[in-house]
Amino acid sequence: MRHLLTTTGLPRKTVTALLDSAEALKQSLLGREVRKLPTLRGRTVVTLFYESSTRTRVSFEIAGKWMSADVVNISAGGSAVVKGESLRDTALTLTAMGADCVVLRHPASGAAHRLAGWVAAHVINAGDGTHQHPTQALLDAATLRERLGDLNGRTVTIVGDVLHSRVARSNIELLITLGARIRLVAPPTLLPWDVAHWGNALASTDCDWPVTVSHDLDAALPGSDAVMMLRVQAERMHGEFFPSGREYAISYGLTEARLGLLPEHAVVLHPGPMLRGMEIAHSVADSPRAAITEQVRNGVHVRMAVLYYLLAGRDDQAPGEEQV
Amino acid sequence: MTRPLLLRGIRRYGAGEPVDLLVRNGVIAELGASVDGTGAEVFDGGGLVALPGLVDLHTHLREPGREDVETIATGSASAALGGYTAVFAMANTDPVADTAVVVEYVYRRGREVGLVDVHPVGAVTAGLHGQRLAELGAMAASAAAVRLFSDDGLCVHDSLLMRRALEYACGLGGVIAQHAEDSRLTAGAQAHEGRIAARLGLAGWPRAAEESIVARDCLLARDADAAVHICHVSSAGTVELLRWAKERGIRVSAEVTPHHLLLTDERLSGYDPVNKVNPPLRSAADTQALRTALAEGIVDCVATDHAPHAAQDKDCEWSAARPGMLGLQTALSVVIATMLRPGLLNWRGVARVMSERPAQIGRAADQGRPIAVGEPANLVLVDPDTTWTVHGAQLASLADNTPYEGMELPGRVVLTMLRGQVTTEDGKVQG
Repeated sequence: MRHLLTTTGLPRKTVTALLDSAEALKQSLLGREVRKLPTLRGRTVVTLFYESSTRTRVSFEIAGKWMSADVVNISAGGSAVVKGESLRDTALTLTAMGADCVVLRHPASGAAHRLAGWVAAHVINAGDGTHQHPTQALLDAATLRERLGDLNGRTVTIVGDVLHSRVARSNIELLITLGARIRLVAPPTLLPWDVAHWGNALASTDCDWPVTVSHDLDAALPGSDAVMMLRVQAERMHGEFFPSGREYAISYGLTEARLGLLPEHAVVLHPGPMLRGMEIAHSVADSPRAAITEQVRNGVHVRMAVLYYLLAGRDDQAPGEEQV
Repeated sequence: MTRPLLLRGIRRYGAGEPVDLLVRNGVIAELGASVDGTGAEVFDGGGLVALPGLVDLHTHLREPGREDVETIATGSASAALGGYTAVFAMANTDPVADTAVVVEYVYRRGREVGLVDVHPVGAVTAGLHGQRLAELGAMAASAAAVRLFSDDGLCVHDSLLMRRALEYACGLGGVIAQHAEDSRLTAGAQAHEGRIAARLGLAGWPRAAEESIVARDCLLARDADAAVHICHVSSAGTVELLRWAKERGIRVSAEVTPHHLLLTDERLSGYDPVNKVNPPLRSAADTQALRTALAEGIVDCVATDHAPHAAQDKDCEWSAARPGMLGLQTALSVVIATMLRPGLLNWRGVARVMSERPAQIGRAADQGRPIAVGEPANLVLVDPDTTWTVHGAQLASLADNTPYEGMELPGRVVLTMLRGQVTTEDGKVQG
């Protein structure tokens, strides 16, 4: 694997290797005072962010630094982008300076795909428009595996603005690869076109597509092993996707009462940033059923695994197994 | 006066025994099994298919304003090499072709270049702003004698303004060519609304955005008893609306682009903006419906929507890229591949949809004429049996944004002739 652009078509073997590797890294760093592996010493990772971000950018930065890579952070606001430089030119400039890996967050769907065609460096998609955010899906899968074990046959319910969500798209594809079934719960206005029948929409994947759609959260919760709440973006409130935030919260918010509808073992996820009281109740977000901070913690290890996988190119060996 | 030219052994409309065709003084002077060519230059037709010169109702020549991506000269060359003898140049130039001055410039420049007849299309609304009518009458009365009016690129959205435009153009013997797109429904749209765009995270361009405008404009044309032409029809639903309207005698005509006959949204997975076009590439069911409609005459003709773009406007992110693709030099081959070879049209039908109907719709009286004695010698000779591989860099356009890069297409233009003057021969511009 040269780039990580999408979870579509990512082989199960690769996903499992990445998750195993992330877990091994987590264990090897557990309780250590000096959290630094020499693995990527001398390698340069550039995070290139055209959208504001806290957790993803910092998570990649920490992941790189813990593996001794040199990490350079560039945000569009403080760069030549404001002078009108194209993504292509910015990327060519960065790789000419020796970047081994570019971590890209960009508002255009497919931006990471395009970048991978322009530069020699490895490209990691850290979110492209409403398309994909593969490391988010990997960290969600890592978190679910910790709580639930094997995801084969598990049902994951994804709630909210699926239409505009790269988190949802990445998770749907990745969780299906791991054998899970997906239930999408959202108002019809926030569901992507014919999402229950995407199986043959791109030639690279097969037709097995265990995705169902519903508009009734209460009915969906009892059979769920996990529920993933999506962020409701403020700008959607003015796009006639739903009448009001209040109505949305009533229909699709994960309230205390709805938490009671979930099976005992079920996990609550949220990619953040959260709108407490809107898509998720304050008490639910802080409940032991929620794995939201674990998601963030696992994010670092997953990104370490991805950087290792791409830059060290050792597909079959977890970095935790080598000398530390 | 140039020497007479004898085309020996050509097959009119690809049918019947080869005949000889003598061109003298820009007209077809003689036609028969064996014409005496004494004193004439002789071209051995070798059984090539002869069609009336092709006519493109929908071309973007970019001049004035974007001479870095296409000029009237390079676009004319591209057209002639593609077998065209007339093109209609869309009005969305800079400045916009919304006055007699601009359309006369385009017309005169086309004449100077002399490879194809360049008919400027006049804007419907001043500046393409959709607010008030441009001076349609002044453009009609100018040297360019504009008869086709369009805000193409943008839809004439205001219903009342569209009604007035239809009525007013009717009084000039003209026609409004509508870019049918309800822009409220396509705000932010990047690709055909379907599973592929949804999975790729590209905002959808719904068919209804086109179809609702087509339905409205058919009703407006009915009430005004005016002519309306629908640009680049892309959906099966539009075909049904056109069928409904034509059955009722509404004066509607329509065009389909070669790319909507051949390409589908399956091509989008790599996010290469060379496939970005407006309206977008749709599903295989749409391309099938469009092919059938073209064969049946529900869709009248093929028009290229030839849209050159600078490399930097395509070599970028999908959403930042400009929509549009080159078409003039590949159109005939795509029609051969999608219509002729599958048996949906014969050569007579190809002549109808690529020359005769577009000439009628655009009111180009001396184009799209029969291949007969006394008619203007606007002709194209086609070798139907060879194939060629498309390379954008080798096309005559300044731009190279062809979606057919590396694709092998059937049929080759061997010779194009405008009023008796050979404009291209064996892939080279003459004179």
